[in-house]
Amino acid sequence: MARTRRPVVAGWFTDGDADGSTGRTADGTAGSDKTDGTGVAAAPVPHAGFRLLGTRCTACASVFFPREDDWCRNPGCPGGELVETPLSRRGRVWSYTDGRYRPPAPYVSDPDAPWEPYTLVAVELAAEAMVVLGQAAPGVRTADLAVGMEVEVVPGVLHEDAEHVWTTWHWRPVADGSGEAGA
Amino acid sequence: MTDVAVLGAGMHPWGKWGRSFVSYGTAAARAALADAGLDWRDVGSVVGADTVRGGYPGYVAGATFARALGWQGARVTSVYAACASGAQAIGTARAQILAGLADVVLVVGADAAPKGFFAPAGGDRPDDPDWLRFRVLGATNPAYFGLYARRRMALYGDTPEDFAQVKVKNAAAGALNPLARYRTPVSAAEVAASAVVADPLRLLDICATSDGGAALVLSSMGFARRHGHPDPVRIRAVSTVTPVYPRTVLDLPDVATDSAAAVPAPRRSFRSSIARAAYEEAGLGPEELSLAEVYDLSTALELEWYEDIGLCARGEGAKLLREGATALGGRIPVNASGGLASFGEAVPAQAIAQVCELTWQLRGTAGDRQVPGARAGITANQGLFGHGSAVVAVR
Repeated sequence: MARTRRPVVAGWFTDGDADGSTGRTADGTAGSDKTDGTGVAAAPVPHAGFRLLGTRCTACASVFFPREDDWCRNPGCPGGELVETPLSRRGRVWSYTDGRYRPPAPYVSDPDAPWEPYTLVAVELAAEAMVVLGQAAPGVRTADLAVGMEVEVVPGVLHEDAEHVWTTWHWRPVADGSGEAGA
Repeated sequence: MTDVAVLGAGMHPWGKWGRSFVSYGTAAARAALADAGLDWRDVGSVVGADTVRGGYPGYVAGATFARALGWQGARVTSVYAACASGAQAIGTARAQILAGLADVVLVVGADAAPKGFFAPAGGDRPDDPDWLRFRVLGATNPAYFGLYARRRMALYGDTPEDFAQVKVKNAAAGALNPLARYRTPVSAAEVAASAVVADPLRLLDICATSDGGAALVLSSMGFARRHGHPDPVRIRAVSTVTPVYPRTVLDLPDVATDSAAAVPAPRRSFRSSIARAAYEEAGLGPEELSLAEVYDLSTALELEWYEDIGLCARGEGAKLLREGATALGGRIPVNASGGLASFGEAVPAQAIAQVCELTWQLRGTAGDRQVPGARAGITANQGLFGHGSAVVAVR
């Protein structure tokens, strides 16, 4: 049975594939993160259009992620409009760690399955001058990472249940010589 | 002069006792009152540091302890500021004393913590950053400690062996403290043999969650003199500052930092601004300290505090540790109590317990862990949601 792709939090990242079919991505190209319920670890092509979405103040240019939609939090700002803005696709590792033990709810995991550690990466985005945390793409271990290494944001799956494939963002090391344009 | 006197300090031993936080707090309050030589009915105001783990009584801790001690009509206040709750309770008590609203104030904090990771409050709450970090990332508190530790390794060349040495140092001090939960010396090999929780940190690098209670009886200097305390330990500063935008160090429970794209990052990090405000208020600096109690949620974080409270330059925390300066017998002992490494965290009690330790050290009654000739000390901690505190006490 086809499950609906649904972002774990609405509005935090581009959602080009909400109905499980190929959807539009932020730059207008066709995305390709179809899933049959087995996850997207083997997604074959770069997700060039996938972006985290923050907001930017039209008065002072401060950027907020997670998105701030009510008021600018810069205390010196006269107060501008907050408009949605995609964050840089690439950044550099600020730090990283992993979770060797099962986190408590509301993190969702199968208590009957052996715990599979995952890696967390804090990434420094140069243009936004901020650090954004995220899980690493499946298979990326702490041994694969180093502070300062270049990584890019890619679509990922947090978990799946009977009705939904819950989507999220992942950080993944940039393959050398990939030739992709940076953000 | 903005000094207030510490007339009494009391604690319930830290551990896993299986009783209510009310029991630990009330025991600590009774101990502090006995230490001050005062009757509970002499207290004009009670300030409770709240716990989020005790249901409604935890949210109204001041009243909960007042009821347990026997209603006597005192003014009541309850405060919550995550790990800084206890210091905010001390700050509130001090403000009441200095404003002339009360002569004697009882400050109490206690917790009964579950085993394992702290978890957010229940329910489906996507507007709560604490809920979101667990839901979206599974980012536990130790995950953030791991990020800080790895960053130190990359920036300053700290090693897991350095981190282990913090545990060895604090366990050695804790072994001398009858109020500590863990009172057995720990070797570096034991730290290295413990399981990795959040790379690069191991189980023995990370503080436990504990039951415990701590209390202080504070008064005006005038009241102290009139009641036979001519030279009490004095609280000279209580810093409870908030961060300055943009906050550029990733902190619990946030998924991201503020952006420094529009406004440059402040010169001082939040943690160092906490201590800075306390030093300015106290009119003394780190070079005048005899000892410090800092929030060693992890071993690596203790090294961060050395730098934040000005004991050494940025990046030189591990060097200070290796020199033995921060051990008992060193130039500036840090966590002579044994620290969170030996106590485990009982959130609203912890910042009060730090001041209890300063009190005993400054009185010269800290027993086998006494810092000789202690004249001035600082406490420092940081909690979720932009909270932090530092208290300077002198004799």
